[in-house]
Amino acid sequence: MTDDKTHGTVVQDAPPADDGLLVELRKAGKSYGNIRALHGVDLTVHAGEVTCVLGDNGAGKSTLIKIVSGLHQHTEGEFLVDGVPVRFSSPREALDRGIATVYQDLATVPLMPVWRNFFLGSEMTRGPWPVRRLDIAAMKKTADEELRRMGIVLDDLEQPIGTLSGGQRQCVAIARAVYFGARVLILDEPTAALGVKQSGVVLKYIAAARDRGLGVIFITHNPHHAYMVGDHFSVLRLGTLELSASRAEVSLEELTNHMAGGAELAALKHELAQVRGVDTDELPEEEDLTAPVAPSPEGTP
Amino acid sequence: MSMAQQAGPALGRPPAAGPEQTDGRTARRPLALRLLARPEVGVFLGAAAVLVFFLVVAPSVRQGSSMATILYQSSTIGIMALPVALLMIGGEFDLSAGVAVITSALTASMLSYQLTMNVWTGVIVALVVSLAIGFFNGWMVVRTGLPSFLITLGTFLILQGVNLAVTKLVTGNVATDDISDMDGFDQARKVFASSFDVGGVQVKITVVWWLVFAALATWVLLRTRYGNWIFAVGGNKESARAVGVPVTFTKISLFMLVGFGAWFIGMHNLFSFNTVQSGEGVGQELIYIAAAVIGGCLLTGGAGSAIGPVFGAFMFGMVNQGIVYAGWNPDWFKAFLGVMLLGAVLINLWVQRTATRR
Repeated sequence: MTDDKTHGTVVQDAPPADDGLLVELRKAGKSYGNIRALHGVDLTVHAGEVTCVLGDNGAGKSTLIKIVSGLHQHTEGEFLVDGVPVRFSSPREALDRGIATVYQDLATVPLMPVWRNFFLGSEMTRGPWPVRRLDIAAMKKTADEELRRMGIVLDDLEQPIGTLSGGQRQCVAIARAVYFGARVLILDEPTAALGVKQSGVVLKYIAAARDRGLGVIFITHNPHHAYMVGDHFSVLRLGTLELSASRAEVSLEELTNHMAGGAELAALKHELAQVRGVDTDELPEEEDLTAPVAPSPEGTP
Repeated sequence: MSMAQQAGPALGRPPAAGPEQTDGRTARRPLALRLLARPEVGVFLGAAAVLVFFLVVAPSVRQGSSMATILYQSSTIGIMALPVALLMIGGEFDLSAGVAVITSALTASMLSYQLTMNVWTGVIVALVVSLAIGFFNGWMVVRTGLPSFLITLGTFLILQGVNLAVTKLVTGNVATDDISDMDGFDQARKVFASSFDVGGVQVKITVVWWLVFAALATWVLLRTRYGNWIFAVGGNKESARAVGVPVTFTKISLFMLVGFGAWFIGMHNLFSFNTVQSGEGVGQELIYIAAAVIGGCLLTGGAGSAIGPVFGAFMFGMVNQGIVYAGWNPDWFKAFLGVMLLGAVLINLWVQRTATRR
């Protein structure tokens, strides 16, 4: 909330492509043996935009982010970063290309102080080798500045990060990813385990990251959360794209319907109407679901 | 952000309005409580209490020479308790640490004697062997993902058997031959097992090594990247790996550090007693682990200090010798230790729960 003047000084070490396209999946898919977890998925992530990936459990969301974050490799289609086809073999490689993933549970080491967590794995040091030591003052100062820049104010950076609330921990992880030069931020269900207020806080930081020019992939199964910050929505169902639409092309109701299995519900409407006590007026007609169904037209805003 | 949580109970002060903007949720806890929350402070108080207790009941403890003996006893446990503590903070155990000491001493002794070489050759080879045992433990734990308790239990049994069998095979005896007349012995003894005079009291050099290693370990743990990694791999291995901490390197090197400690104490044993009994060392590993736990290291990893185990080892040495000086039956030693261990753990638990309550 303080000091918004110096936006984005550390990020953006490599300029994005002309149209801000950072990451693109073209008809990408992934098979585990004879199980096709993901098939023919198109996805684009632009700088300064939030791409929401929605889907029920088992829809293929995890597989999708594992491909982008470098944990798994795609078995069909193409995966491009800055317009160049890539195939990551480890999360480190993805990280080096500026793609950082904030996992729901894997974000922090609970017993370690906030500032140590912030710099874990990329500690600042000073002095020549035999006496090379942590630059604690600089790390604390930087961590505090970066957290404040994201609007997170903590009394005591020495407190174990486990004493923070779940939302705050997510936010520290997001701030950390932003500071370490992430251009694409993948958030794996950051609001899933959080209360209403805390979810709001996390959504605010997603917006803050977007305003700092990052491309954000926001994975969630909550269409309300997605619609608050999303610029583009991709709904996955059984490993394929069910919907790919920009904010202008889809309303929250339509999004919710797609998420709640709207298309299937519509198909069932006729049957349900026969059952006494079921109010089918609220259910969508099939022709109501007019949002463009995947594959979406190219060049969404 | 204050929005992130409901206001905490009983705010100690209004939100600060100064240049240091805070979220106004946390009241600063009193200094005494904050200090008590540090496990090493708790064990320091415990060690002080044990010291005062024996100073009162056993007048002979008050002599300088008695204190030197107590410190010596503590240092031989303490030097091993340090790497064992670091390993514990890193989330692993080493049950083979006790017999590995003997393995190292046996290696140096038998190699030098049988090949009639300068003892330093044996010392160097023993170091390599000790580090290799540590590497094997670490590598197996990392590669298999099995609990280190199991892996090192295996190593413990293997080394115990090998110690005895190889010694009998080579020397035809359960102990190694006296190497005190061999080249380099005096020199090596100076490094590992000499004494020096402080105001008329003979102090063993291991006490100095112990304190030097403790200072070094503290610095590494709190002030270097490697120390940061130790806490991280013990606290949450997966998170650590996800943010780029070299988990495999950290774990294996910690096991090798225990190997280094075993080598050092093994050399001390060899050069103070000239021969090595091949069946010794069994049970020592638990003493090291107990000293680390009394010293406030979390059994499950992720928390602890290097200075805590120093006090933990001191408590051991104090009780061990104190019982003798007090003229009690030394048979009670282990029982006393057990009570002390339980007491320390319970006090640690209670102190942490009280002092960290927010």
